[in-house]
Amino acid sequence: MSLIEITEVRKAFGDNEVLKGINLDVQPGEVIAIIGKSGSGKSTLLRCINGLETINAGSIAVAGAQLLPDELHLRALRLKVGMIFQQFNLFPHLTVGGNVMVSQTVVKKTGKAEAETMARKMLDRVGLGHKFDAYPDELSGGQQQRVAIARALAMEPIALLCDEITSALDPELVQEVLAVVRELAAEGMTLIMVTHEMKFARDVCSRVVFMHQGRVHEIGPPEEVFSNPQTAELKQFLGML
Amino acid sequence: MSDFSTWDILRNLLLAARWTVVLSLVSFIGGGLLGTLLLFMRIGKVSAARAFARYYVELFQGTPLLMQLFLAFFGLGLFGVDVPAWLAAGLALVCWSAAFLMEIWRGCVDAVAKGQWEASASLGMGYLQQMRHIILPQAIRIAVPPTVGFSVQVVKGTALTSIIGFVELSKAGTIVTNATFQPFTVYGFVALIYFALCWPLSKSAQVLERKLNVAHRNH
Repeated sequence: MSLIEITEVRKAFGDNEVLKGINLDVQPGEVIAIIGKSGSGKSTLLRCINGLETINAGSIAVAGAQLLPDELHLRALRLKVGMIFQQFNLFPHLTVGGNVMVSQTVVKKTGKAEAETMARKMLDRVGLGHKFDAYPDELSGGQQQRVAIARALAMEPIALLCDEITSALDPELVQEVLAVVRELAAEGMTLIMVTHEMKFARDVCSRVVFMHQGRVHEIGPPEEVFSNPQTAELKQFLGML
Repeated sequence: MSDFSTWDILRNLLLAARWTVVLSLVSFIGGGLLGTLLLFMRIGKVSAARAFARYYVELFQGTPLLMQLFLAFFGLGLFGVDVPAWLAAGLALVCWSAAFLMEIWRGCVDAVAKGQWEASASLGMGYLQQMRHIILPQAIRIAVPPTVGFSVQVVKGTALTSIIGFVELSKAGTIVTNATFQPFTVYGFVALIYFALCWPLSKSAQVLERKLNVAHRNH
């Protein structure tokens, strides 16, 4: 059974239809890269999966549960699907440890000691255990993004959505974040990532989705999509025309 | 005719200044409580409450404080309620401060980056949890300097209540002038006392702004 089933999803902002009937099924453990020009609807699709945008038509199901726009269903969904943002969005008033603990104690009502153990474990996993007591503004961009990953992981999601998570980073910091993602992929985490890192997509992903003007234009294993693009649009996007 | 020493003048003014301080405190604290209530109505999810809070602010920001004082003092009198000056002054100033404080604080809540809402939502937090653990702690930090700054406006606003006969610093100044015929000395002292009350407040607003901005710099 598919872990995430996206069926005929449509989304419009006013008159501007951004998603024009998207179908995509994601199997457990798959790593999906969504590529495409800006404005093609990549990020919107990702945000729809997490209920940050409400869809106008179609359906999204995660692990069998339908995505419905009321708070109860949304929260249940978000416990299963974590999200990592381009701008990190760490909570600036909390320490690194506090960032990773707050959702556990508030949402899951985990005890403080247990939440701290989990937070330290996840921070170790992203190589930042020693920054537990630092504040976000004392960290580099790459470190902040790794904390954001640890924060999402601490909720033990079954899938992670990554929205251009390296786009706001200085070039030399990109690799440290990608290394963490690569490790997650190797451990079998289901990942859907909007990315501009083509090399990374080619190396790590099980499937690549090329979006164009609100539709899934091409989809397939990376070697096929990158080496043998079928459409002129994808060729142009990959710089092969 | 008896002579008044400078000390006589100053002593009487200082005694009256106590009421300026009391009225300022009542207005600021009462306005803060009412403003908090209005803030939650304004940023909450009940549309009728949101509309009420919005009209409330428009009403109190759109009319002069003096009119509000007159209405509280004379208006309630029309209904046969005998309103003492201190009550009308306190009531009007509380309502007036509440409107301004709510508007200041709403701006502070809005100033918290949208990504904070999204990140906390994506972690499964509900509206109240987001407010309590993520948004308000940051908004309060932003709100401290402008709130302290507004307290200066409250102190100066109390001067208007002299018109409905509440004896605070300004009214006392008028009374003392009428007895001493030394307006320049008397109002000079009145101004100095106001300054002594307000200057530390505006100064601390500046200091707080600098301090809290440091804690907030990468945001």
